[in-house]
Amino acid sequence: MKSRQTIVIALLAVSAIALAAAAAAASKTAGLVLTLVAPYLVLAVFLLGMVYRVIRWAKAPVPFRIPTTCGQEKSLPWIQNNPVENPAGPLGAIGRMAGEVFLFRSLFRNAQTEIVDGRQVFGSAKGLWFFGLMFHVSLLAVALRHLRFFTEPVVPFVTGLSALDGFLEIGVPALYISDMTLLAGLAFLFLRRAVLPQVRYISLFADYFALILIAAVAATGLLMRHFFPVDLNAVKTLAMGWVTFAPVAPVDAGFLFYLHLCLVFVLIAWLPFGKLSHMAGIFLSPTRNLINNSRRRRHLNAWNAPVKVHSYEEYEDEFRNKMKAAGLPVEKE
Amino acid sequence: MKQHKWGLIILGLAIFAIAVTFPFWYGKGKSTPPVLSLETPEIAGLARKECIEDKAFMRADHMKLLKAWRDEAVREGKRVYTARDGRTFEKSLTGSCLRCHSNKEQFCDRCHTYVGAAPSCFDCHIVPGEVKK
Repeated sequence: MKSRQTIVIALLAVSAIALAAAAAAASKTAGLVLTLVAPYLVLAVFLLGMVYRVIRWAKAPVPFRIPTTCGQEKSLPWIQNNPVENPAGPLGAIGRMAGEVFLFRSLFRNAQTEIVDGRQVFGSAKGLWFFGLMFHVSLLAVALRHLRFFTEPVVPFVTGLSALDGFLEIGVPALYISDMTLLAGLAFLFLRRAVLPQVRYISLFADYFALILIAAVAATGLLMRHFFPVDLNAVKTLAMGWVTFAPVAPVDAGFLFYLHLCLVFVLIAWLPFGKLSHMAGIFLSPTRNLINNSRRRRHLNAWNAPVKVHSYEEYEDEFRNKMKAAGLPVEKE
Repeated sequence: MKQHKWGLIILGLAIFAIAVTFPFWYGKGKSTPPVLSLETPEIAGLARKECIEDKAFMRADHMKLLKAWRDEAVREGKRVYTARDGRTFEKSLTGSCLRCHSNKEQFCDRCHTYVGAAPSCFDCHIVPGEVKK
């Protein structure tokens, strides 16, 4: 399918969620379902879905060591090894995973090849690493800042984070740096898929849908903060109602709030089942989390099916007389 | 690794579940929405107990109003606010707002603390009579 069509379908899918939000804003029953029932349903789907996904991954057999390494393996004492890029023990593997999870180490190594003046040249490509890391850190900051609606008293760390995030004090209420970097990261990730022919070729519906969905969540959030303010008291009372298992539907929260809620619910409920479950999958990647000791320890495949073998000894025992009669040499008389 | 695998998986899932359900156990299942106090001597002495605009407007838009006041008063020198019903007030946080609402801690702070809003008003303005803690 053409990429333009895929992008349009992803946009339509997000618009369909907006229709659900419009229904919630218009109909009292739909509003009640969205604010009283859906949160618990979504949380249950998210938690159980993630557990299911992780257990399914954990059950997959990984009989051999398959880390993709890029450092000297530990071998002879006089050869200097790289304990992190080619881990020889659990500490090294933990260090490697930390680099992967917190710093996106493997993206930092991205390279590109181009033909310049008829020659093939290699260069580093740090764009995906930079904007990818920026996007993820911003998303974490945004998610943590939302804890101010879910905790009472507000966690001091969250207040501190919000203050730090808004320390530029641009406008009232203060513009958060993480909101801007989130949008910048999203824009890069989207344009990368839409513009670069190689990446466009391998981009599927889910890739565009994830980006557009998160962009829609961010856009509705920003609109509510800076352009069409919502009643924060009502929002917090609703959120605290969920958390204390005594939810009370807000009187009139407005279309934007319902839209934000609908988009977030779809995002969270979809997380365990789509590509966004890489938040758990990264920890279960055998090419990243394994210790590379294939040459020091023998790894047997525990799932090997029993193979019926017929050794030469057994063969000779079976046919010795016939072999002798035919004049063939035998090992045992 | 194989023998530790399920231990690690359960540890990871436990950390995940505890982190995701953080709000549920952090507040111990209690929450009290803020109640604002209007009991100040100045308000008690008012004949007509009404803010410069009606309650719904003040609730929803006081931040926009104060922001507009700041710009108009400081940058343009226009220091008189004409309310929608024709009354006039000085555009002054300390002189107008806090004259009646002298109980900042029981009025402004209650909602702002509840929702975690951090208006920067008092980075510059003082609260009359407030003792620095």
